[in-house]
Amino acid sequence: MSAPETLLTTPLHALHQELGAEFGGFAGYDMPIRYPAGIMAEHLHCRASAALFDVSHMGQVLVKGPGVIEALERLVPGDIEALKVGRQRYTLFTNARGGIMDDLMVTRRETDLFVVVNAGCKTEDFAHMKAHMPPGTVAMLDDRALIALQGPKAVAVIARMDPGINTVPFMGAVELNLIGLDCWVSRSGYTGEDGVEISVRADGAEALARHLLAQPEVMPAGLGARDSLRLEAGLCLYGSDLDQNTTPVEAGLTWTIGKRRKMEGGFIGAEAVLDQLFTGPRKIRVGIRPEGKAPARAHTQIVDETNNEIGEITSGGFGPTVGGPVAMGYVTPDYANDGTAIGLVIRGKVHPARIAPLPFVPKGWK
Amino acid sequence: MSDVRYTKDHEWIRLEGGVGVVGITDYAQNALGDVVYVEVPEAGKALTAGGEAGVIESVKAASEIYSPVSGEVVEGNAGLDGDPALVNSSPTGDGWIFKVKLSNPDEVGKLMTEAEYQAFVDGLD
Repeated sequence: MSAPETLLTTPLHALHQELGAEFGGFAGYDMPIRYPAGIMAEHLHCRASAALFDVSHMGQVLVKGPGVIEALERLVPGDIEALKVGRQRYTLFTNARGGIMDDLMVTRRETDLFVVVNAGCKTEDFAHMKAHMPPGTVAMLDDRALIALQGPKAVAVIARMDPGINTVPFMGAVELNLIGLDCWVSRSGYTGEDGVEISVRADGAEALARHLLAQPEVMPAGLGARDSLRLEAGLCLYGSDLDQNTTPVEAGLTWTIGKRRKMEGGFIGAEAVLDQLFTGPRKIRVGIRPEGKAPARAHTQIVDETNNEIGEITSGGFGPTVGGPVAMGYVTPDYANDGTAIGLVIRGKVHPARIAPLPFVPKGWK
Repeated sequence: MSDVRYTKDHEWIRLEGGVGVVGITDYAQNALGDVVYVEVPEAGKALTAGGEAGVIESVKAASEIYSPVSGEVVEGNAGLDGDPALVNSSPTGDGWIFKVKLSNPDEVGKLMTEAEYQAFVDGLD
């Protein structure tokens, strides 16, 4: 199937075609969903070795200038001021009601902040940042690709090219020279495994991707495997598990709110969010293990023992590493404890399931 | 040689007397990817031609299985419960999905022959 004219492409599109990818539209981009090996094989390879993902559709934003840290703290509940140079933090853009506008990564560098936002939100995020940051401090980096190399062997692959990665801890970042290209590399990811995300000039992306794919540990993986990997790792997908009507407290992301920020507030929606820390959320994000074999997909209704609705699944499917169906969703607090028996309404029939701790697989990073 | 017919939804049906064995085609299993769960219809279930007969879940998504013909389910493939990937490895063999006793054998004539289905699939790419 050919993509409609309106879809954007990444700098690696031709390479994906050459590799035999099956494409699908995602956030306005024609993205590889899977390669000939298939989602299952790509997923398992990532957990065992190293998988390469093209995530160039994501938004890369540079924030630089006097007052940007204070200004950014108006938009997120994370403690950006305390972030050390060369360290990265996961945080959230909140709206006036305390709902989540997007989730993002912020890295503090010597002279600026490097921000990565979701593809589907990047236009709104960019406008939001520009509106609230000092004039001329926010720049979208449209000329860069983003390549994720994920898995237990990913860092060893990078270390062969530039040993500078060896001293970088998880959630740290460093500038590396990879095959002659200046790359901004963070040790992080969206799979639950150790690994890196590499920001590289668009015109060098294909050469770098080809070099990485030529390493014996590496195979390409598409957005299908990226989704099953992040689900097993208990990581949220914006637009599914997080949205404008869900607060950080409800999403189980209270840990992203800095201690100082909890006391001082000062971010958009702080009143609503901080109030919920005391009053408790209306709903809570939980892990769910169906007891049978049928996967429960997003929007599956969750019911109690008398079939009253108590919530909804927001992400669900088959976990290749778990070897069975896994899901996450929101339930009312009374039903949020691990082990609680619940029902999932799949095609009109109630299937038994239990609330389960997240992540579903042990974390592969330290 | 037994007569195999095909639907535009990529099911095949192989007639063995008054009973049809139904599965999905190699094209369909390839498009779905790794099959992880199959909801097969239970014996006795009444089916209508083009109506829903079951569900195939791949890692990626859930897809309906439609019955090529009207009739009553004789047997669902119990082997798929333990090994749903049979649909991938043997879509026209051990990966069959259900057997149906035809209530209107004339419906078979409306389905595509092997050559017609091949031409249909070639037109999709």
